[in-house]
Amino acid sequence: MSVPTELGYTAKHEWVVIEDGIATVGITSFAAEALGDIVYVETPEAGSEVSAGEPCGEVESTKSVSDIYSPVNGEVVEVNEALEDEPESVNSEPFGAGWLFRVRVSEEPSDLLSAEEYTKLTEGEE
Amino acid sequence: MSEPASAPRSTTLREVHEKAGATLVDFAGWLMPLRYGSETAEHKAVREAAGLFDLSHMGEIRLTGPQAADALDHALVGYLSRVKVGRARYTMITDEDGGVLDDLIVYRLGEEEYLVVANAANVPVVASALAERASGFDTEVADESADHALIALQGPRAVDVLAPLTDANLDDIRYYAGYEHTVAGEPVLLARTGYTGEDGFEIFLNPATKAPKVWEALMAEGERHGLVPAGLSARDTLRMEAGMPLYGQELTAELTPFDAGLGRVVKFDKGDFVGRAALEEASRTSRPRRLIGLLARGRRPLRGGQDVLRDDAVVGTTTSGAPSPTLGRPIAMAYVDGDLDTSTGTFTVDVRGRAEDVDVVELPFYKRQP
Repeated sequence: MSVPTELGYTAKHEWVVIEDGIATVGITSFAAEALGDIVYVETPEAGSEVSAGEPCGEVESTKSVSDIYSPVNGEVVEVNEALEDEPESVNSEPFGAGWLFRVRVSEEPSDLLSAEEYTKLTEGEE
Repeated sequence: MSEPASAPRSTTLREVHEKAGATLVDFAGWLMPLRYGSETAEHKAVREAAGLFDLSHMGEIRLTGPQAADALDHALVGYLSRVKVGRARYTMITDEDGGVLDDLIVYRLGEEEYLVVANAANVPVVASALAERASGFDTEVADESADHALIALQGPRAVDVLAPLTDANLDDIRYYAGYEHTVAGEPVLLARTGYTGEDGFEIFLNPATKAPKVWEALMAEGERHGLVPAGLSARDTLRMEAGMPLYGQELTAELTPFDAGLGRVVKFDKGDFVGRAALEEASRTSRPRRLIGLLARGRRPLRGGQDVLRDDAVVGTTTSGAPSPTLGRPIAMAYVDGDLDTSTGTFTVDVRGRAEDVDVVELPFYKRQP
């Protein structure tokens, strides 16, 4: 399973990368594989405020519905519109084309997990 | 996740599934393959080629003896003594109040021998009810669930996969028929039944330890026909597209067969049977619900247990729902009042607080070309 080292992670299986105050958020390949074929993604709306640790959207697979938790505080500035027609890219490229939304962070998160920490966590769940 | 009360049982195919990369889940007390890779790809393979399912969690209860037929006529709502040897029947077992305890497929294996196939979760209830109800008859009731494995081969290429591996002339096995044959050299009960809306076979193996050999032989032969192993996730979306009820979703102990719109399985032109009085009453008074199909206009999946609204008034409840791989849109089955006019009005489903537009469609969602 791939866990890119340059990203930050949450225990709820989101990844985040912050560049110039803008956080890009997605779910990990571990999460995508566990969910099965992803058929629908409900992202937060652009312009809405999200809070770290709070649910802000949903990922649905054939058999399940899972909340998306924001890893950061801030305002949503962009959502991945392509997921509307191609939600399966969350399965095929969870760390790339399958990104979910972008947030202008109001404060730098301090509690993100490193790739190594996240990998340990998922090994415990397998 | 909470710890299960006891560890789930494994079928004899568990190692085969693990080798194939299956995601195994606890289903009705059994560790079963949910999917091997993409459940959508498995679903499509069954529609376009063929899929192989491990259904060893299902229950098999055998009745043998001079009064096996009479015992089943008394225990079940169907007219099983009228079934010809070699044929199968879809039927139900109800309680005294007419509530459905399970839906069943019953095979008549001989003049004095039947095999009752029950859903995994209901095997203890069905087995004990059959034993109790048959006690006044000259028949033996044996729960052979633990001895049996069950493999389903489903899809338009099922015949091509199976033909070289069996002594049966498959043209002679009609839908809802089952006979003793061999598959991969092993004696089996070979039935032309299924739960996918496709042509296909169910292969009952006793002892269950023969299953890996037969599974591997089918996979080896089937490779060139596009056969793939398929899990419970694909099985559920396949049966939904085919409009087939699932116990616990469309059928429950709170519903009589008439409430469920399946009153046709209840045969009153036979002697007394468990639930008869209540079912006669239900046949007169029940406002039969109607199981309808809903096709979403958007992409957000519909699920079971969601309110169905017509012009913003609740008129029913979904029982099952999922994204349909064949239609490319979410589908659901729902119960509405039998006399509800579904030809007018705007229908929506309440998906966690948001109204999703749906169209009412005839069931099944999918019907194979003859």
